[in-house]
Amino acid sequence: MALRRFGIIAAVLWGAATITFVAVKAIPGDPVAILTGGENVVDAAEREALVRQFGLDQPLPVQYLRYIGQALRGDFGDSYQYRQPVLEVIGEAAGPTLQLAGTAMALALGLAFVSALATAGRRKGLRTVLAGLELAVLSTPVYWVGLLLLTVFSFYLGWFPIIGGEGIHALILPAIALCLPLAALLAQVLRDGLEEALLQPFALTVRTRGVSETQLRLRHALRHAALAVSTLTGTLFAGVLAGSILTETVFGRAGVGQITLQAIKTRDMPLLLGLVMLSALVSVLINLAVDALYLLIDPRLRRAAR
Amino acid sequence: MNVQLVGRQDLTLAAPASRGTILEVEDLHIAFPSRLGPREVVRGISFQIGAGEILAIVGESGSGKSVTARALVGLAGPGSQVHAKALRLADHDGEPRSLTGLSERQWSRIRGRKIGFVLQDALVSLDPLRTIGREVGEPLLTHGLLPRNEIGKEIETLLARVGIPDPAVRAAQYPHELSGGLRQRALIASALAARPRLLIADEPTTALDVTVQQQILGVFQALAKAGHGILLITHDLAVAAQLADRIAVMQNGELVETGPARAVLRDPRHEYTQRLLSAVPSAATRGRWLSTQGTRPAKPPQPERVEPILALRDIAVRFTRPDRSVTHAANGVSLHVHPGATLGIVGESGSGKTTIGKVALALRKPDAGEVLFRGHAWSQLSERQRRPLRRHIQTIVQDPLNSFDPRYTVERIIEQPLLLHTDLAKAERSARAQELIQLVNLPPDVLDRRPTALSGGQRQRVSIAQALASEPDLLICDEPVSALDVTTQAQVLDLLIALQHRLGLAMLFISHDLGVIRHMSDRIAVMKDGVIVETGPADDVFDAPKHDYTRRLLAAVPRL
Repeated sequence: MALRRFGIIAAVLWGAATITFVAVKAIPGDPVAILTGGENVVDAAEREALVRQFGLDQPLPVQYLRYIGQALRGDFGDSYQYRQPVLEVIGEAAGPTLQLAGTAMALALGLAFVSALATAGRRKGLRTVLAGLELAVLSTPVYWVGLLLLTVFSFYLGWFPIIGGEGIHALILPAIALCLPLAALLAQVLRDGLEEALLQPFALTVRTRGVSETQLRLRHALRHAALAVSTLTGTLFAGVLAGSILTETVFGRAGVGQITLQAIKTRDMPLLLGLVMLSALVSVLINLAVDALYLLIDPRLRRAAR
Repeated sequence: MNVQLVGRQDLTLAAPASRGTILEVEDLHIAFPSRLGPREVVRGISFQIGAGEILAIVGESGSGKSVTARALVGLAGPGSQVHAKALRLADHDGEPRSLTGLSERQWSRIRGRKIGFVLQDALVSLDPLRTIGREVGEPLLTHGLLPRNEIGKEIETLLARVGIPDPAVRAAQYPHELSGGLRQRALIASALAARPRLLIADEPTTALDVTVQQQILGVFQALAKAGHGILLITHDLAVAAQLADRIAVMQNGELVETGPARAVLRDPRHEYTQRLLSAVPSAATRGRWLSTQGTRPAKPPQPERVEPILALRDIAVRFTRPDRSVTHAANGVSLHVHPGATLGIVGESGSGKTTIGKVALALRKPDAGEVLFRGHAWSQLSERQRRPLRRHIQTIVQDPLNSFDPRYTVERIIEQPLLLHTDLAKAERSARAQELIQLVNLPPDVLDRRPTALSGGQRQRVSIAQALASEPDLLICDEPVSALDVTTQAQVLDLLIALQHRLGLAMLFISHDLGVIRHMSDRIAVMKDGVIVETGPADDVFDAPKHDYTRRLLAAVPRL
């Protein structure tokens, strides 16, 4: 079972690397021009040296095999653009991204739980208002929400920095902008899950024991709803970890989204491959975590897994 | 495992102190809002339950019995309006307290603590994600009756009280790891946890096999002996007959008759009670109509030719479970169905009776053995070769709603087999559908309706009409009346017998209900664990059972 899992992870990573390699090579354009920042910037000799340095003179299969071989050793080569190892470039960007993604996700989960627990199957008025708000947030582009927050809290009130900045102070507005659509989606799924669980016969049994509505939700229904929510949380978290280009751009933050954008623009092959591998790895790990969570939540799945 | 003993011993310790009336209900009304104003589903009913007494409210679906039970714990449902002249529950000190006009907070102190509630089918009535122990202990925790560290011990005591062996092991398990009978016991234990004096049980044995049902009824008997008052809600007259001291018969929100169980059953006063009682199929009902109580004419004599229309020879069907263990759903099963005759297959859940039906219909290929249908090697033919013969064998299932396309009208549903098996033109098909709908005693306007707009009994008639459309010789009926109320069941069974007489149909009739099987069948096969343990003429098997299992099965059936 564990061996099979491991095989699947390896296959996913290999597949991601290969598809990106093919895609990047298939796009027309001269890598040397990218390296040097324009057409015919360097003479033939320099050009030749660069080509050799980055192994671009080799036939494609050789380039591919070398790339895969190096990747296996954790070496993704040097970024064309930054002229430093890919892992270092990604490592520098990962910090701010992890901060932003982690904060936004935690906020989103908190909001979703409070909203869903309060309104699932009760408080009809509040439920309608919240469900409407969720729909509005979901259908609003994140950069618009970001700009709105900036206008109010940074320009007019001056509470937060307009661009960049350090520490928690600079994190608050982007985290809020990023968390709102996540919270809306999670709250919808959680509320549906709770309402479905509350209609099950066991919920009636629990009520006949004298358990209050809130306790019924916390002790029983929440766990049933948590199944769907954990899958969604995993997917969403993998998404924001791979970078939130729009949020980062609006708030002028460094992060994985920014370097991904740059890598695509400049066709920085090694960096792009490194980024794809990273996001594939993150997805796979998060999926593993979600699967483990399922077993923790639902005892009925445990026997089948064994 | 001796339920009665375990129960009695421990329950005497917990016997409620005082005697007298525990629950008093006077002129209870329950209404729900509807577009046409409040719709009253319970219309002024009154009853009492004393300590140690079991009162059964018996009624068909929609009679208002379940909502009555739920109203007693303040859970009649959203929007419900509950009024009563008096609704009094004796407290633990014996003093009556009114249950009218309670707030949600006050109700939550009554629920579980003063009134225990047992629902049907513990597989879905226990939280599947929590251990048995946590479920059983929840009332103790909620009402703050014991400190957390003492709850574990009390849970084991409670599980032992309802006759669950190895309580420590069971408490750590999840509902899906327990058998249906043990789950139901655990559910009862959870209702008992906070020592309520009154227990309400809503169809507590409906999802169980008869032998298991018998054990659960024993638990309730022991609880009543220990002084609990018990309100039993059931559709099953025989269960009420076995368990209850008094029976109240409910119809359309009213109690039409209340009295000592024996009196109500032996000498029913109300016309509805009489109709209910006479509609229950049993040994005594063979040879008469169930719905009209008239004697039915004897079956037309069958030709002496003994060539069976369907023959199963040494059928074996194996299933491989996910953990790669192999189960035998059928093992060396041989049986015959003769033209115009009914073979009943009876058995508990998991006995393999439905698998046999599927093999007969060639929907499941046997792993060994052969099936002969009208002399053809039915199980060995390819589906293409079988297709022209399929019109001669048709099936009726428990709930036809699942097999009807909800967008089709009844007419289109009945015409489907005509399209498949005949060359009739549109107008001829329509005329044939008219004939068929009359044959099953439905008014012609049903043809324009959709299946969801029909009652359960009407749907089952439509499915019979559809089965008869291709003029079959053999009907495979798999639990065809199990989802129906007793009076509707009576009409459908009468219809099947009338059609059998008229059309000379052969039937393979599969049911878990021994009364239904006895009423319907000429010959009977008793199945257990994929094997036919006994077979013979219906009267012989029932009156002089040879196999030990048949005897146990018969002994477990509650009698009127």
